[in-house]
Amino acid sequence: MSPLDRIANMSTLKQHDIVKLYKVEYKATVSLSDQLCFLIRPRIQTVKWICDVVNADKAVGRFRRYKIIFTPQRFFACEAVLEEEGVFGDVTTDEWAFYLLPLDDDILSMELPEFFHDNFLAGDQRWLRTVGGALHLLHSVYGPFSKLYGIGSCSQMTYEWWREQVEQGEQGARPAEIGSVFLIDRDVDFVTPLCSQVVYEGLLDDIFRIKCGCVEFGPDVTSSDRSVKVMLNSQDKVFNEIRNEHFSNVFGFLSQKARNLQTAYDKRQGMDIKQMKTFVSEELKGLKQEHRLLSLHIGASESIMKKKTKQDFQELLQREHCLLEGFEIRESISFIEEHINRQISMMESLRMLCLLSITENGLLPKDYRSLKTQYLQSYGFDHLLTFSNLRQLGLLVEQQGAETLTVMESKVGKLVNDKTAGKITDAFSSLARRSHFRALSRKLNLVPKSDEEYDLRVPKDMAYIFSGAYVPLSCRLIEQVLERDGWAGLEDVTRLLNGHEFAVTGGSRAEPNSDAQRLVLVLFLGGCTFSEISALRFLGRAKGYKFIVVTTAVTNSSRLLEALLGNHA
Amino acid sequence: MQKLGVQWGLCQPGTLQRVEVKWIFPGGTSASGTPAPSQWTTDTSILSSQWVYSQRHWLLPQVNGRKSRKHLHVNADPFRAVWPGGGSAATRGGAVSPLREEGSRRPPSKKNQSGGRGATAGGRGATAGGVVCTVEMMRSKADEEEYWHSSKFKAFTFEDEDEELSRLKESKQAVNSIRQLVEEDDDDDTEKVSWSGEPVGSISWSIKEMAGSNQKIDREPAFPRIPTEPSTLNKSHSGLSLSSLFRGKAKSENFQSFSDAFSDSVRIYAPELRKPKSEYKDYVCDWSPEETVQRLLQGKCTWKHTSGCWSAVSLEKFRSLQDKLLLLDFAVAAHDGNVITAVLIHLKRSLRKEVLFRELQSRQTALRHFIHYLTESREQKLLLELLRALGRTEDMALLQYKEHLIITDENNKRDFLKSCLSLPFSAEDSTHVQDHYTLLERQIIVEAADRQAERGGKVDIFQKFPRKASILNMPLITTLYYCCFYHYGEPEGTFSSPLNVRRTFKISEKQYFVTALAARAKLKAWSDVDALFTGRNWLGFTRKKSPLSFHRVVDVLQRNSAPTQVLQDYVALIDDAELRISLAQKLKCHDIVISTFRDMKDRQMLVAYRGKVEPGSAPERKIDDLLNNQQIRWKN
Repeated sequence: MSPLDRIANMSTLKQHDIVKLYKVEYKATVSLSDQLCFLIRPRIQTVKWICDVVNADKAVGRFRRYKIIFTPQRFFACEAVLEEEGVFGDVTTDEWAFYLLPLDDDILSMELPEFFHDNFLAGDQRWLRTVGGALHLLHSVYGPFSKLYGIGSCSQMTYEWWREQVEQGEQGARPAEIGSVFLIDRDVDFVTPLCSQVVYEGLLDDIFRIKCGCVEFGPDVTSSDRSVKVMLNSQDKVFNEIRNEHFSNVFGFLSQKARNLQTAYDKRQGMDIKQMKTFVSEELKGLKQEHRLLSLHIGASESIMKKKTKQDFQELLQREHCLLEGFEIRESISFIEEHINRQISMMESLRMLCLLSITENGLLPKDYRSLKTQYLQSYGFDHLLTFSNLRQLGLLVEQQGAETLTVMESKVGKLVNDKTAGKITDAFSSLARRSHFRALSRKLNLVPKSDEEYDLRVPKDMAYIFSGAYVPLSCRLIEQVLERDGWAGLEDVTRLLNGHEFAVTGGSRAEPNSDAQRLVLVLFLGGCTFSEISALRFLGRAKGYKFIVVTTAVTNSSRLLEALLGNHA
Repeated sequence: MQKLGVQWGLCQPGTLQRVEVKWIFPGGTSASGTPAPSQWTTDTSILSSQWVYSQRHWLLPQVNGRKSRKHLHVNADPFRAVWPGGGSAATRGGAVSPLREEGSRRPPSKKNQSGGRGATAGGRGATAGGVVCTVEMMRSKADEEEYWHSSKFKAFTFEDEDEELSRLKESKQAVNSIRQLVEEDDDDDTEKVSWSGEPVGSISWSIKEMAGSNQKIDREPAFPRIPTEPSTLNKSHSGLSLSSLFRGKAKSENFQSFSDAFSDSVRIYAPELRKPKSEYKDYVCDWSPEETVQRLLQGKCTWKHTSGCWSAVSLEKFRSLQDKLLLLDFAVAAHDGNVITAVLIHLKRSLRKEVLFRELQSRQTALRHFIHYLTESREQKLLLELLRALGRTEDMALLQYKEHLIITDENNKRDFLKSCLSLPFSAEDSTHVQDHYTLLERQIIVEAADRQAERGGKVDIFQKFPRKASILNMPLITTLYYCCFYHYGEPEGTFSSPLNVRRTFKISEKQYFVTALAARAKLKAWSDVDALFTGRNWLGFTRKKSPLSFHRVVDVLQRNSAPTQVLQDYVALIDDAELRISLAQKLKCHDIVISTFRDMKDRQMLVAYRGKVEPGSAPERKIDDLLNNQQIRWKN
C-alpha cells in the first residue's frame, strides 16, 4: 500500500476524472489521455523520465498537457532539469505539501524512507526542512511546546530551522496540547534497528514487510489461495493486544482468545428464538470479525514460526545477544563466517557483520579483510561498493591503529595453536580498544545482568523487546532525558555519541502536571523500528507518559541496509 | 500629460530575458490626483500586445500623481518568472501586483530597524506561464483605497481569499521594509540608498549588513538558539566583513551612474536570469547574498503558496567569486539542502570547474551536496574530475567500477572490468576487482561450453539435472557450487574444475568443503561426500575429519534430505554428547541415542527413550538387551 492509497484510493481518484493510474518508470507512456499528471517525489531521475515522455510527444507532434506535482516540495535541481531538457513551460509544476501520514493513534510517518540514505550516506540536507516543516505543522496545530530535547546534528539543524520559522510567524495563544518534543537522529543509535525484532509487530515487519500500516498476508498465512491485505493498527482489536508482546507470549494469548471466542459462539446453544435473534443482530457480526482477525494472526504466527525455525533463529538470537554483551566474540565471528560460507542470507550476514563492527567499535584488520573477502565471494564482488558505503557511514569498519597488536599477536600466534591464538587476540584487542557501544552500554545499563531470570510475560523494563537482553539505546536516552529534564549528568554519554545534544525551554509553560505535559512527541530522523515504538509504549505505561512517534519512515534492519547496498545501478 | 513608458525586452526563444518596464510620471506641478489608466500614454505597442496574454491575476500599475518625482522601488522578491521555453518568442501572461504608495506625509520617525530588508515572503501564486512582478511604490493607504474604489478597473481577481490575504500580508511586510527609505528619502529624492534603506556607503550600512545575519529579528525569541552550535559559516574564509565594506563602496559607484537616470524617471526591472552584460550597470535589484539566500529559503516558507515559483530568484548577478562563495556559505548556514544545491548549480554554470573544485575543498557540506547532485544527475565525467581534484582516488576508482552494473552484455562487461584493473583501488580492493574480472571471464567460457553440452544432449548430468539459470554474473561461491555440481571429477587443468576454481581464487579450505559438501549431497552422491572427509587420512587411519563442525555437516546433509543411514554416520562424530543426543533424537538415529546413553550409563534416560521407539522394532530390542545386561554399571 502506498501513501496515496491511504489518502485517496483509486475510486476517489476516478470520481475526479482520473482515467488510469500509472507508475512512473523508465518507459514510454502508453496513455492516450490529453492530460498527464505526475505525482512524484522530487527526484532528478524521475523528472528526467518525464522529460523524455514530453520530448517524445513533441517529436511526434502530439500535444498534451503535463503537470508535475512534487511532494512534499519541489526542488530547484528538478526544475533545472526541466529547463535543461527544454520542457520548462510545457510542463507546469505544483507542490503537494504532504507531511504526515497517521499510521495509527500514536504513529505519524512522513513516508520518506529516502531521508536515511540522502541525509546520512550522501550528506544531503534536502529533507531537513521537510522534517522541520512537519514539526512546524504540528507546532502550529498542537503547540506551543514547552520543552524541546534532541541529540544529533540533523536534529539540531531541524530545530534551528523550525525555531526561525516560529519566530517569523505569529503565534496565536492556544492551549498547549503537546508537552515536550524529543528529536533524535538515527545515527545516534544504529544498534537497535540492526537487532532482530522479536516483538510481534516488529516480527511481522521483518518477515512480511508492513507498508504504510498495511500488510499483505500470502496464501501460507490465509490458508486459502488468495492473499489478503490487512490494516494493522489499534482498530484491529486482536492485533492491538498482541502487537507489543514478545513473540513467545503471542501463541498463548491467541489460543486463550480462541477459547473465549468458542465460548461466545457456544452461547447460542439453548437459546430461544428471541435470544437467538438478538445474538445474531448484536454479537455475531463482532464475533465473526474477531474470528477472521484471530485466524489471520494465528496463521501469521504459524508462518513466522515455520520460517524462523528453518533458519536456526534461536542460535542467531544467541549470537546477537553475545555481541551485545561482548562475550564470545571469536565464536560469533566464526558463526558469521559460516553463515557467509553457506550463503545463507545476504542481508542477515551483512546485518550481523555491522552489529559486530558497531558493538566492537570496528573489526580487527585481519578479521575485516577475511570476512570481507568471504562475503564478496559468497554474495558477489559488486558488494565492494556496499562495503565502501558501510565504511563511509561507520557501520562496518576496520579498527585503526591495531598494527602493533597484529605484530605481537602473530609472534604469540606462532607459539600456540590457532584457537588459543584467537583468544589471545581477543585479550590483546580488548585492552587496546574501548568500544563506544560497550562504554555506553555500561553507563546507561543497556544490557541487564544475564544471570537473572527475565520473565517476558511481566516485563520489568524496555529490554523485554529484545528478550530481556538489551534496552534500546534510543529509548533509554529518551527515558533518561525526560527523567532528568535535560542532559545534566549525561555528559559522558553525549560525548560518546558525538554531542549535538540540546534541551531548550519554550516561553509558554503549562501547568507541570497537566495531561498535555505528559504527552511527548518523539521525532526520529532517519526512521524508527516497531520495536522502538513498542518500547516507548511500555515506557509510557510505566512512567505515565503518552508518546507520539513521528518518524521519517518506519524502518527495520533490512530497509536500513538495503538503502546502503551498492550493487545496483 | 502623463506618460507611461514601458520598455520591453523581447525574450529570445528558449532563454530567459530581462523585461524592463519604465513608467514616466507626470511632472511636479501636476496635482490632479490619481490618474485614470486611460490617461496614460503608453509609448510601447509591445506592452499592449504582450500583456494581452496576461492572466487574470495581473494588476494594473497604479500611478500617483500627487507627489512629484516619486521613486518607484522595486521589491524584487516576488519576481519569479516562469518563462515560456521552447521556441516561443512571446511572453505569455504577466501580473503586476498592486503598486503601493506609502504616505509621504508620515512624520519622520526613528528608523525601523526591525523592518528587515526586503522581508517580503515569496511564494506568490504565480500562474504558470505568467510573469509576476511586484512594483512597490510609496502611497498612503487611503489614497490607494480611494483609487481602487473609484476605479472601474477591478484589480484583484484572485480565486481565493486566502491568497489575497497573504498577498496583502506580504505587501505589508514589504512596505514596512521600505518605510525607512521613505522617511529618509523625503527631502532628497535622489539620495543613494541601499535596499535596506540605509544610505549607501555609510558606516551604519555596512555594520548593519554584517549584523544582519544574526539580528534579523529584534523581539525575544520564544526558543533560544543552541549555543553549542558550531558556526557553519566560515567567516574568515568567506571574507564576510571585508567584502561587505568593499561592496558598500562599489555599490555607491554603481548607484552614482544610475542616479542620473533616476532623477525624473523610474525604472522597474523584472527579474533577470540571463541578463546581457552590457546592461549590468542598470541593474537595481541589489540584494546581498544573504538576502538572496533568505529569499530562496522563503520560497518555501509560505506554506499556503504552493504554486510560487521561486527559482527565478536571480543568482546570475552574483558575479564576483566572493559573492558566489558568500551565497554558498549562507546557504550552507541555513541548512537547506535544496538551496545549497540551487546555489551549487549556479556556481557550476558560472565558474570554471577548477575554481569551483578548489573552493569546495574547504566546504565539506557543500561538497557532499555537490557530489550527491552530480551522482543523481549522472554527471559521471564531472564527478570523476572532482574526485580526482580532491585526491580521492579510491572513491574515483570505485565510482568507475560501479559503471559495470549498467552493462548488460557479458563480453562488454568483461572488457570493462578489464579496463578497471588499472584503476587506483586500495591494494585489497584491487585483488577483488581482479577476481571479479577473472571470474566473469571464466563464467563466459564455462557457460558457452555447458550450453553447448546441454543442447547436444550427450552429457548425462545436464539431462538429469537441467540447468535452471545461466552461471553468468553469479557470485564466486555459486560458481564453485555449480562446478562441484556439474564438473566435479574434472582434472584441475580445466576452467570448470572445482579444484581449479579453488586454486585460482584462493578459496579457503572450509569454504570449499562446505560448498562441495552441499553440491554432492544435493546430487545424493554419498560416496563423494564420504570421500570429502576421508581425504585427509594420514598414518593410514580412515578417521573422518572435517574443517566444519560435524553438527553443521549434519545440518547441511539433512537439508539436502540425506537418508538416516548416511546421517547417523555423521551424527555419531559430533563431539558434544548433549548436542549429539538432541540431534540424533531429532533425526531419529536411534542407534546413536541408545549407544550414547549406554556410554553415559544413564539407565533412566534409556528407559524413557524406550517409550519413544516403535514397539517391536530393532532399536527396542537393542534397548532391552542393554537394560538386561548385568555387566553395565548404571549410574542411576
